[in-house]
Amino acid sequence: MTQPEAPPEERRSKRARESHATSIRPGFFIKLILMALINALGVYIILAAWSQQSWIILAVTVFFVVLADIVYFTKRMLPLKYLLPGLVFLLIYQVFTVGYTGYVAFTNYGAGHNSDKADAIAANVMQNQRRVEGSPALPLVVVEQTFPGTDLGFAVLEDDMVKVGTEDQPLEEAPDAVVEGTTIVEVPGWNVLSWSDAVARSQEVTQLRVPVSDDPNAGSIGTQDARTGYAYRSVVTYDPETDTMTNSDTGMVYRANDRGQFQADDGSTLTVGWRVFVGAENFTTAFSDQRYSGPFLKVLAWNVVFAIASVLTTFFLGLFLAIVMNSERMRGRKIYRTLMLLPYAFPAFLTALLFQGMLNRDFGFVNQVLLGGMPIAWLNDPWLAKLAIIMVNLWMGFPYMFLIATGTLQAIPGDVYEAAKIDGASGWQQFRRITLPLLLIAVTPLLISSFAFNFNNFNLVYMLTGGGPRFTDTSAPIGATDLLITMVYSVSGLDGSASRNYGLASALSIVIFLIVATVSAISFRLSQKMED
Amino acid sequence: MRRRIGAALIATAVVTLTACGGGGGTSGDPAGDDETQAAPDGTGQTLTVWVDETRMAPTQAAADAFEEATGAKVELVQKNFEDIRADFLAQVPTGEGPDITVGAHDWLGELTQNGVVSPVEFGDKAGDFTDVALEAFTFDGQVYGVPYAVENLGLIRNVELAPDPTPETFDEMIAAGQEAGTKYPFVIQVSTEGDPYTMVPFQHSFGAPVFEQNEDGSYSSELALGGEQGEAFAQWLADHGANGDGVLNTSITYDIAREAFKNGETPYMVGGPWLIEEFDGMDLAVDPIPSAGGEPAVPFIGVQGFYVSAKSENGILATEFLVNYIGTKDIQVKMYEAGDRTPALTEAADEISSDPLAKGFADIAADAMPMPSIPEMAAVWTFWGVTEAQIINGDAEPAAAWQKMVSDIEGAIG
Repeated sequence: MTQPEAPPEERRSKRARESHATSIRPGFFIKLILMALINALGVYIILAAWSQQSWIILAVTVFFVVLADIVYFTKRMLPLKYLLPGLVFLLIYQVFTVGYTGYVAFTNYGAGHNSDKADAIAANVMQNQRRVEGSPALPLVVVEQTFPGTDLGFAVLEDDMVKVGTEDQPLEEAPDAVVEGTTIVEVPGWNVLSWSDAVARSQEVTQLRVPVSDDPNAGSIGTQDARTGYAYRSVVTYDPETDTMTNSDTGMVYRANDRGQFQADDGSTLTVGWRVFVGAENFTTAFSDQRYSGPFLKVLAWNVVFAIASVLTTFFLGLFLAIVMNSERMRGRKIYRTLMLLPYAFPAFLTALLFQGMLNRDFGFVNQVLLGGMPIAWLNDPWLAKLAIIMVNLWMGFPYMFLIATGTLQAIPGDVYEAAKIDGASGWQQFRRITLPLLLIAVTPLLISSFAFNFNNFNLVYMLTGGGPRFTDTSAPIGATDLLITMVYSVSGLDGSASRNYGLASALSIVIFLIVATVSAISFRLSQKMED
Repeated sequence: MRRRIGAALIATAVVTLTACGGGGGTSGDPAGDDETQAAPDGTGQTLTVWVDETRMAPTQAAADAFEEATGAKVELVQKNFEDIRADFLAQVPTGEGPDITVGAHDWLGELTQNGVVSPVEFGDKAGDFTDVALEAFTFDGQVYGVPYAVENLGLIRNVELAPDPTPETFDEMIAAGQEAGTKYPFVIQVSTEGDPYTMVPFQHSFGAPVFEQNEDGSYSSELALGGEQGEAFAQWLADHGANGDGVLNTSITYDIAREAFKNGETPYMVGGPWLIEEFDGMDLAVDPIPSAGGEPAVPFIGVQGFYVSAKSENGILATEFLVNYIGTKDIQVKMYEAGDRTPALTEAADEISSDPLAKGFADIAADAMPMPSIPEMAAVWTFWGVTEAQIINGDAEPAAAWQKMVSDIEGAIG
């Protein structure tokens, strides 16, 4: 392709002039196929987003697809060629999630504030519709006006008389209508819709209300099945001009307040509210509520102890086993190594559930078989439950440490040890002065990530103890083995044991995120110092 | 049933935790909302229904009949029952939720509070359902779901070990159980976190319901489980707990109780219709639960049914499907065959009453109290079970612990 004797400038300009078409290599085809797939996926998402009218997703997808094409089909952005896939996934799975959690943390999203204001108004109106007492079920058809407009209306059969009307036009008698049995088949001046036509306009039909007469108390006809009509009365109505809802039975006027609810002067509110921004309120609630501030510190302390203990126990057991299995004097190392990985191969929550059964005080395997029937209350005693959590975590966690320790040990060159032996170092000295420092440099980042993972080890606690045994001296539903993340889960009602509060849950999650991020950052700083 | 923790739970956990992240529409199914494609019959309309595994087959049967009659398509989405409530709450507001979902009546308070369900007008068909089933789905004068089954606890008796009908009081039953000479005179699931749903019949027998009832039978948010009656029940728990005769034991979980009964280690067990399938081949009877405190030991009744989303764009089809297909005898009997719960349709309930076990549960249901569906109930569950477990374990002084529980619940309700 290049002539060795050509001067460098000429070579560079020549390469720049070469288009992809002239330098086709097999890799180019692979790239082409991959990019075609990515573009196809992008186009699919764009079309789907278009039909669902999800403009944000559409815009983001367009942006990324165009970006990917630019990055991979031009020559200029070499670093991005390597970074882009990672960056995209980072943005979608990390930045977006954290950002969205941050957004929710400043709202009152939760029970009673589940959607936007329009939905809340609709729900309040819908929930306060009443059938007019003593009103009959009327056979009904959906009709469409042929003149002057094409308004949708209802024709109902009441006392052998057909009446027809629209939203603005109360029911009037239609004496020339044709009725077969109890079915209205023809109404002069109106086009009778078949049931399937009505189904096709489902939303319009179910929302339509046709006043029975000029008297508002007589109610208006509505239908849910397009066959039978009932007279309903809207007890609560919305006035968009004053942004109030009025209960016509009690005369009470409810005003939209800044808490996302319709509130009357006496303080009572309508059932359904909507999401609003509440500022930092979720954060202040989290720390000012008397019921939580005491146990919070206990939980935090145990959380830190648990995270550190789980890293240390799993690491040293894994390391110990790795060193043992690394010894060439041992037979059948491959079989043992495979067996060691088994706990890692089971899903964590299943393991936790299994252990929950095995640690049962009166019937569990541990007490019955291993301890000869001693009734040890593994899961009922605060300290034993903590021990049980750490032990089960050790069972689940050591294979990971075993794996990385095995890998790192094999990477330490053997001549270092030979040199040490010649210098007369004992086995312990070799471990202490050579193995451990070399190992730690390699695995410290993994230990830190293990710490961060265990700090939020939700599965284990939730499945094994559910956070229990419950503290007896607090009024909050928090127990001796609760981690911050399981505490958040129950305190904010995400498990259904209290009214749901996604805002509070998000705020507390961010607090946990800050703690973990701080600890990790400090640890990384320290480990870098250690390397120097 | 509430306590039947399965592998599904962790999925619940993950889904619920991410529910707040699940906002805007995900990649879409373009067939979802085509108002423009309205064909002149039901064709082109799709009804999306969330249903759990047990109810899948009978719902499919109803869906097939419906598809044939109307030409509309019914898309059944199988979900874990435990996931449905949170997912429904999160997805309905985005417009991505289903038209219909299967559910339990005690969700009603939360679903209406968040405005995600719409009322169903039964018209004259209302009389076809049993009163208790319809009342359970009623909130503030409107019915919000189409019930298909009623479930409640009863005392399941192993006829080989205890041929006589169960005595009327708890102490007599324990005596009869001891006479049978089995390992346990009686089993009831408690587990380390307590099981108030299973224990509530005995609490009711002390005259301590959870909430005060209004005149129309609905619950007010005023707690009634405290006071002398509640403390008497707490004392009863302690008397039969670890420091008492040990009949109640927190080590006995659902699985252990079930196995003990299955292996003939006890003549009596408190359990629901979902257990009957497990005891296939045994000679069983279902009796009323014996009273511990003098008054009738009535269990909670749970009603299961289908809810319609407040944002369904196919309201007419949804109503049609539920009232005229799910609410028919054939489908309700099929539902019974799939899950052994008493049908909510009177006609279907009559048909299955030839089965003595089904009749046993249905007779108990006649006097049972609906499980409260008001939103305040969530706070009760949080403290109720663990307090019972603490008292049974002898870790807490009964009356004091019960009083603290009541004040904690009051604090949580706010």
